[in-house]
Amino acid sequence: MSESQADNIILGFDNVSISFGAVIALTEVSFEVPEHEVVAIIGPNGAGKTTALNVINGVYQPTQGTITYKGEVRQGMRPHQAAVQGIARTFQNVALFKGMNTVDNIMTGRNLKMKSNLLMQGLYWGPAQREEIVHRQAVEKIIDFLEIESVRKTIVGRLPFGLQKRVELGRALAAEPDMLLLDEPMAGMNLEEKEDMCRFILDVNEELGTTIVLIEHDMSVVMDISDRVIVLDYGRKISEGKPDAVRNDQKVIDAYLGVSH
Amino acid sequence: MPMELAFFIEVLVAGLLSGVMYSLVALGFVLIFKASGVFNFAQGAMVLFAALTFVRILEMGVNFWLAVAIALAVMIVLAIIIERVMLRPLVAQPVIILFMATIGLNYFLEGLAQGIWDSQVHGLDIGIPDVPWMSLLESTNILISLFDVWSAVICGVLVLFLAFFFQKGRIGRALRAVADDNQAAMSVGIPLQLIWAIVWATAGMVALVAGAIWGQRLGVQFSISLVALKALPVLILGGFNSIAGAIIGGLIIGASEKVAEVYLGPIIGGGIESWVAYFIAMLFLIVRPQGLFGEKIIERV
Amino acid sequence: MLYRETGQFKTSYKKDMAIFPIRQDRWAVIAILIFVVVVVPMVATEHVIAGYLIPLLIWAIAAIGLNILTGYTGQLSLGHGAFMAVGAYSAYNLASRIPELPIILVFLLAGLITAIFGVLVGSPSLRIKGFYLAVATLAAQFFVEWAFATFPWFVGGAASMVIDTPKMSILGYKITSTLDNYYLILGFVVVGTLFAKNLVRSEIGRAWMAIRDMDVAAEVIGIRPLYTKLSAFAVSSFYGGVAGALYAFCYVKSVDFTAFDLFVSLKVLFMIIIGGMGSILGCFLGATFIVALPIILNEIAHLFAGQIPSAMLSNIEHMIFGGLIIFFLIVEPHGLARLWMTAKEKLRLWPFPH
Repeated sequence: MSESQADNIILGFDNVSISFGAVIALTEVSFEVPEHEVVAIIGPNGAGKTTALNVINGVYQPTQGTITYKGEVRQGMRPHQAAVQGIARTFQNVALFKGMNTVDNIMTGRNLKMKSNLLMQGLYWGPAQREEIVHRQAVEKIIDFLEIESVRKTIVGRLPFGLQKRVELGRALAAEPDMLLLDEPMAGMNLEEKEDMCRFILDVNEELGTTIVLIEHDMSVVMDISDRVIVLDYGRKISEGKPDAVRNDQKVIDAYLGVSH
Repeated sequence: MPMELAFFIEVLVAGLLSGVMYSLVALGFVLIFKASGVFNFAQGAMVLFAALTFVRILEMGVNFWLAVAIALAVMIVLAIIIERVMLRPLVAQPVIILFMATIGLNYFLEGLAQGIWDSQVHGLDIGIPDVPWMSLLESTNILISLFDVWSAVICGVLVLFLAFFFQKGRIGRALRAVADDNQAAMSVGIPLQLIWAIVWATAGMVALVAGAIWGQRLGVQFSISLVALKALPVLILGGFNSIAGAIIGGLIIGASEKVAEVYLGPIIGGGIESWVAYFIAMLFLIVRPQGLFGEKIIERV
Repeated sequence: MLYRETGQFKTSYKKDMAIFPIRQDRWAVIAILIFVVVVVPMVATEHVIAGYLIPLLIWAIAAIGLNILTGYTGQLSLGHGAFMAVGAYSAYNLASRIPELPIILVFLLAGLITAIFGVLVGSPSLRIKGFYLAVATLAAQFFVEWAFATFPWFVGGAASMVIDTPKMSILGYKITSTLDNYYLILGFVVVGTLFAKNLVRSEIGRAWMAIRDMDVAAEVIGIRPLYTKLSAFAVSSFYGGVAGALYAFCYVKSVDFTAFDLFVSLKVLFMIIIGGMGSILGCFLGATFIVALPIILNEIAHLFAGQIPSAMLSNIEHMIFGGLIIFFLIVEPHGLARLWMTAKEKLRLWPFPH
């Protein structure tokens, strides 16, 4: 966790609401994410956490409210633009390309940085080949970092779920993002794997300064690694603050215990 | 009534009537799609197979209604075999694989049908006279064949019956459950394989009726299987899983195709009916990707 | 014992990413090339080359095209025949209207024209997906057939709608004999295969496969869906167009729209399903299979029952095709190429069990 002086706000939600027909997923949610911090979004199932993430990276457009990213108000940002602007993410159910191996999957994360055109790639000569090698080196560094060398050439569809999640993290890191959105990165992992993932996430945050926004259910993880916690319930923000403060907030306890409100 | 108007109405009605026949073929597709989520490319081959079987049995001198019964039985057996041999092993595969399997099935059935029964053209007469509707012609100058009218009536009745059968009642409910979610349907005790067999058998029956009618129209021959490809634009228009869509889509496609062929054809060049239906459907798709009645697909990330 | 990687350490990424990283594979490919270029013309009869090898190579090129679109990018296309037709007619018009053009340029330009057409056909692919896109390709197939059958302009105003292709020559050397045609096509095959192999192991290849596997996720990581899909259509129809042009000029020596109908589209689709979708090797295996099957059937029929009428044979062929498609989709959806890979894996361990 980084103790910092007044950091810039990299992401701001201002009264954001979104509904799908009759289903209101988020209602007037406002919060700010300072740069270089690790922010956790928690809440009971169905609270709208994944929806919030989807709004951040442009998969959904809010029906109301504004989103500011890097100081600028965003209008109708699509996922591709979000990627270009330095937002990378992982998914709850692992959105890897199941037909490709680990190296290739992580290499796809580099696609925004690759410049050679179709013809050059077809000839695989000169600039195209050099570019492939340069990016392959970057990808190998990530594979090293995430300790997945042994499954480098395995088709990811055959990997166990925990390793798939790690590969997906690798793919997100390959884009060298400014902000990383992680949707339940530790789901389905045992204690050792969780500790490894925590270590990776903290390393990325501390060494590269990447802002992290993560959704997580495991409270001990949330308490350990986040600088700040935002709590959602039924699409509304019911609490926000440092982990300890939130943990002791009665509203949060009520929400989790199912006390009706 | 002035000649041009009468002519236009003739063309329109002819289009609508052939549209009813398209609807019938499209219905076979819809049934299978609703139940197993697969687009049955082999529907055309099934129409051919049914028609060939029927006409050859008739030629052997068998009584008309007995021939119908035998042909129907053959189609039902075929459906059960298809379900067991092809559908069951592929149940977990993505839909595109199933679609390609039906392309293979199409080839197989075409070869089988012509292998067993031969590939010559067979005339078929199912007892409906192909003569003009005289009273109408005399009063309004509109020339429509009685055959078209009767086939439209038969198709209409069949379509309504099927729509009713599959919407109401136990089978209808089971069918919709299966269409929604295979696993869930199984877990409440719905016999998945039986439902599939029923659906494919019904599609086979539809194929038989379509085959008989088209067979009298065109003669029972290989090109009948290509007629089924015409059903595709109907499905695009009407949505792949809507019975109402198949009906209305069929009427629209039939009518616009005929009108385009008669009025537009001479300007562009003859024979545009091979593709104009597709173009109409494409234009529609661009505006409304799910068709008239299809369900909007929301992708969950 | 033979097929081992021991001792072959790849000391650079460059070596690891080579098309044939294993030494034995390289030798095998060189051997095949020598066989095909030198040995075959010496031992095979003209009948075999003209009747079987030439079409096989042409179908392989077409299959590479379709595999890129359907196998690698996951866009089912039922209109590959239309692309071949556009290529054939483009080449014919270029060669007959501008006789000064060198023939290789004619074929490449024909491919380019087809690529532009392919992009047009694929342009709705962002709005229209899956089955619907397949239907759009079907529409293109019917439309192209009708266009070439209806407008005499495409055959230079000739009275008959089927017309002979002009003679070809490269730098003054006239291409007349079967062997000449064979080498010309072989040249295209070698260059085309290399190019395709390079594409699929590069960024665009990964982007294609990403779109196939999960297009929503692909968009999220920055891959542009429209560009990727259209590039697949473009490259795919380029190959289809070149194959069509070669078919017309080097095989049947005429342009005939009936040669590129729906059944051709389905034939090429069968090649890549049986051969292996998402595999360049699969294109060759599938083409070989489809070309060889009628021959094998004929031989078997002779053995067992004397002469079987060709109509019946054709029906049996249909049944076997259809049955095999279903069989492969059930048992090994990745086709012969996957079976081959599995066999190679076993070979690496042989004679040890594991």
